[in-house]
Amino acid sequence: MRVGLFVTCLVDLMRPEIGMATVSLLESAGCTVEVPMTQTCCGQPGFNSGDTAAARDLALKYLDEFERFDYVVVPSGSCGGMIRCHYPELFRDDPDLRNRVDGVAARTWELTSFLHDVLKIEQLPGAFEGEVTYHDSCSGLRELGVQQQPRALMALNPKIRVTEMNDARACCGFGGTFSVKYGDISTAIVDEKIANVHGSGARCVVLGDLGCMLNIEGRLRRTGDTETRVLHVAQVLAGDA
Amino acid sequence: MQVQSMHFKARSGQKLADVRLQSNLRKLATKFVAGRALAITELDDFEATRDDAVARRNLALADLDVWIERFEQAAAARGTTVLFAETPAEASKLVVAIAKRHGVRKVTKSKSMVSEEMALNKALEAAGIQPVETDLGEYILQINDSEPPSHIIAPVVHKDKEEVSDLFAKVHARPKLTDIAELTHEAREILRPHFLSSDMGVSGGNFVIAETGSVALFTNEGNEGMCTIVPNVHVAVTGIEKVLPTLDDLAAIARLLPRSATGQSISNYFSILTGTRAEGEPDGPEHSYVILVDGGRSGLIGGEFQDMLRCIRCGACMNHCPVYQKIGGHAYGWVYPGPMGSVLTPSYVGLEKTLDLPQAATLCGECHVVCPMKIPLPDLLRKLREKQFDRHLRPWTERFGLAAWRFAATRPALYRPMVRVASRVMRWVGGDKRAIRKLPMAGGWTDTRDIPAPAGPTFKERWALRGGQGSAAPSSRPPSSAPSPPKPPEES
Repeated sequence: MRVGLFVTCLVDLMRPEIGMATVSLLESAGCTVEVPMTQTCCGQPGFNSGDTAAARDLALKYLDEFERFDYVVVPSGSCGGMIRCHYPELFRDDPDLRNRVDGVAARTWELTSFLHDVLKIEQLPGAFEGEVTYHDSCSGLRELGVQQQPRALMALNPKIRVTEMNDARACCGFGGTFSVKYGDISTAIVDEKIANVHGSGARCVVLGDLGCMLNIEGRLRRTGDTETRVLHVAQVLAGDA
Repeated sequence: MQVQSMHFKARSGQKLADVRLQSNLRKLATKFVAGRALAITELDDFEATRDDAVARRNLALADLDVWIERFEQAAAARGTTVLFAETPAEASKLVVAIAKRHGVRKVTKSKSMVSEEMALNKALEAAGIQPVETDLGEYILQINDSEPPSHIIAPVVHKDKEEVSDLFAKVHARPKLTDIAELTHEAREILRPHFLSSDMGVSGGNFVIAETGSVALFTNEGNEGMCTIVPNVHVAVTGIEKVLPTLDDLAAIARLLPRSATGQSISNYFSILTGTRAEGEPDGPEHSYVILVDGGRSGLIGGEFQDMLRCIRCGACMNHCPVYQKIGGHAYGWVYPGPMGSVLTPSYVGLEKTLDLPQAATLCGECHVVCPMKIPLPDLLRKLREKQFDRHLRPWTERFGLAAWRFAATRPALYRPMVRVASRVMRWVGGDKRAIRKLPMAGGWTDTRDIPAPAGPTFKERWALRGGQGSAAPSSRPPSSAPSPPKPPEES
């Protein structure tokens, strides 16, 4: 199975090891992974800031780069949501393009849904060990319905113990540029998330989105918590962490 | 009410620093969020109930003019006069004129957010008429120098019992009480003579019903009946979008409103008020009026914000909003706070005065999930951001940032080396601790959070090293200069 990897701008720059973990998961499941090297960003920063023209440019670029694949995999719920749910809206008034965009959007999968719902994998390549708690990132959860998949995948490895935190579904306060424009509100929200992480007793929080990851980790470290680990679900599943 | 939304940033900062408010706002999660979650499980099929209610609201809004006319006719047939006001200020003038016509000196009010839009109490006072708020929350606010409500269902949710206790002791000049039942009893003692000496009652209207010409009200304290039935004159003020064609529609929506709002299966009181007191009836007003207020609503009809008109004012969106939960309602600066307010306020009072409101949302989507009317609030907030962007209402720094991002992101040949350089710079700045503690233009982030720096070269660099584009590459691990991250704690 030929799979295009849309690695996302944040993974490319901030957490490249998540991209490698994603590749290793896909390859161990028998996929042939290709990475179009011209890929940049899904366009979400523009879309959420009201610059739809820029979002459209990047959607067309994505179409160009990924239309040829049977499947495209994205290790992010929010970029996945952008592509699957919002790209089609951007071409409401152009039926031809809309058709093509609908096609590539439907073939684009958030990583854990792809592994669980499409490939239906039954074993993991990695050997991660330990107790973790899972944070449901907003877009993956509410736009793509990613909730049970990462948990089911982690359950494939009996050495991963998932302890649920309170309000796992609550936003971490990232919200893209919101986190910079309203840093104080964003911080108050992430503090609550961190209290719930701590309350779970697990010393490792696992999630599926880079925004939440940087937000939670950045606040943990600033407040002196150097112990609690923040990992992407791909790292835990691939045993790369 | 005067718009204060331009002070959102300063006000939200104050609210975050207010320890007492922070503790009071926790009631939202324990009371309303948990309550709703439980209450919707009482319905056999919550989704189907919701879909049905949405369809009914959409049908009503599709022919709103027709239903308003039917309502007017049916109401008139039962002796109710229906009046229209284009602006909230006009609606206030109508109420004052009605009061003067009937020689009214005192008005008892049941809670109404539309009357807050109208700043009705001010208008009445200016005309020498005494308004008395009789909803307990609204009463507390009125005796506290007419403080504005901070929530549409629980207007005084920002206060705790001790604040109310102090306020009552001061304003009522009575010994301080601390028991909630005793406090409400005291309020009741104060309000009772007002109810009995009131010349006119003013209420809102959760809905008005076209087929019967009725006003439907969901309340919890019993004050509503004292306002709408006891005085000789009753005036209901509500928005033009609140018309439902039939009582059957009302029944369908009644299954959702209290459950979504307070987690109640049905509110303690539920009134359907129809017309004036008929001959032989023991009670009810001799004169009945309904004022339908436009106040910007008709501007949403047929446009991209029409979905917003379905809103039934349950407050679920604010109860579940991570931003509202942290700053409360006052920071939003007008009648309607939270996600629904961040859509309504710019639409009703102008985008220029409310620049922060559409931006001050994480777009987490929970408001859309819990909305009984399935209003796509995050999409509507995004559409408002689009309008701000198109009308050049955002600061130049933001526009410049977006333009630079777009320029780079659409040019892969430029983007890739830029990201490589950025990665190196961030690793260098991050140092051994891999933490960036300060970044120009990103103080909003770095004042309170580190930026965790990358651990090594970019993904594309690693991928290229592994053997380029594609599929032929061996699946060996890439070389990496990254220090290995700490191991997870051992299981105890």
